[in-house]
Amino acid sequence: MANYSTNEFRPGLKVMLDGDPCSILENELVKPGKGQAFNRVKLRNLKTARVLEKTFKSGESVEAADVMDADMQYLYNDGDFWCFMEPDTFEQHQATENAVGDALQWLSEQDICVVTLYNGSPLSVTPPNHVELEIVETDPGLRGDTAQGGNKPAKLSTGAVVKVPLFLDEGEVIRVDTRTGEYQGRVSSK
Amino acid sequence: MLSTTSVTDRNIESIATLQGASAVKSYLQTSPEYFMKRLLAAGSGDIFCLGKAFRSGEAGVRHNPEFTLLEWYRCGWDEHQLMTELGELIETLLPTIAINKYSYAELFAKYFNIDPHQAELSSLQKLAVEAGSSAWSDDSRANCLDLLFSVVIEPQLSDGLVLVYDYPACQAALARCYSDSQGRNVSRRFEAFLNRVELANGYFELTDGQEQASRFAEDQQARKIAGKPPMEIDQHLLAALESGLPDCSGVALGVDRLLMQIEGAASLDQVMPFSWDRC
Repeated sequence: MANYSTNEFRPGLKVMLDGDPCSILENELVKPGKGQAFNRVKLRNLKTARVLEKTFKSGESVEAADVMDADMQYLYNDGDFWCFMEPDTFEQHQATENAVGDALQWLSEQDICVVTLYNGSPLSVTPPNHVELEIVETDPGLRGDTAQGGNKPAKLSTGAVVKVPLFLDEGEVIRVDTRTGEYQGRVSSK
Repeated sequence: MLSTTSVTDRNIESIATLQGASAVKSYLQTSPEYFMKRLLAAGSGDIFCLGKAFRSGEAGVRHNPEFTLLEWYRCGWDEHQLMTELGELIETLLPTIAINKYSYAELFAKYFNIDPHQAELSSLQKLAVEAGSSAWSDDSRANCLDLLFSVVIEPQLSDGLVLVYDYPACQAALARCYSDSQGRNVSRRFEAFLNRVELANGYFELTDGQEQASRFAEDQQARKIAGKPPMEIDQHLLAALESGLPDCSGVALGVDRLLMQIEGAASLDQVMPFSWDRC
């Protein structure tokens, strides 16, 4: 792989640090008036999602990480792996439960996700920002309670539990923002 | 602002310009210091300069390749008198400001329990590797100390103006050195930090031309080893020192950074019409 020098560091650049792929979040030049320049860099470890801060000498270089994001369609889960397909090439990739992570609770077959590949293997999965899912379990709806602010937990077809307004019933399809886990609205009712 | 030579500092890069068909090289000043010292040697008395200075490759939240420096000299004053005056200047702009003063050694004793002037190089390198990375494992005394100061001490300095004096001899630059109360050879250089941002750098000026010439030669050697472009020594400055620079103290203050602090701005581009990324 190529190397990047600190003067090429910019947010989004993927580099290797202590054996793990990391994404640069911030890069700040620190230079005492008479002293040597260095860079204070904030990075996210893409394996653990942890944010760390690291100091590099200006001009120092680090190895680029072979990390790329690709839009892929979620196909199925075979019990051990979650299978994703590149829509253009039909190439399939098997993601571990660890790589799928929190995306697990939002994924329906055929959803288009962003799969982050590291050395060609799925490292993490980002679900679509909005998904439409059916409520499979919730307390019976309270009719006429549409104006009141209260809510109740509802279990969705993928297993996620979100807070929904009291008037909703099982079998209804709702729209959820996967970034916040918040209910956005009712899509249809059966 | 333009000169045929520039500083030999190992960590300051000058911006070179090319003049005429034969592309004669000259440099934008990194500070007005050398010109001002020539005026002082010629008998100017106390002087100040408010103007532009340029440093190559310095761009960021607190850096811009073109910036404004306020630099002034007081004849017959030592660095402590000048620090007091610097404090008074800041107080006129920020009347409620807290002012604290520490020696460089005091701060290293507090945060590292180490004597920065006498500690073994290996123990400084070990601390620098912890604070930075293995890239500092064989670095110089000055670089290790700079890293420790910038990364560990500076962010923990108190609000307001903090004056730090008696810098290590290895970072003397153009300050004279002396033996402190504990017999350590330290430089009569100081720095000022405003709300944890480096604001000013000052010296009880070195007037010994021969000592200055040998420091310049050391700088040149260090630049060569580091693979940095060679810089000629400013012979006009050395001649001025030979002819006699009066005892004086001088300080250079980053005006844009001062504005940034007065305005509560998060970065220099908020107090400059055209910061580097807009040029």
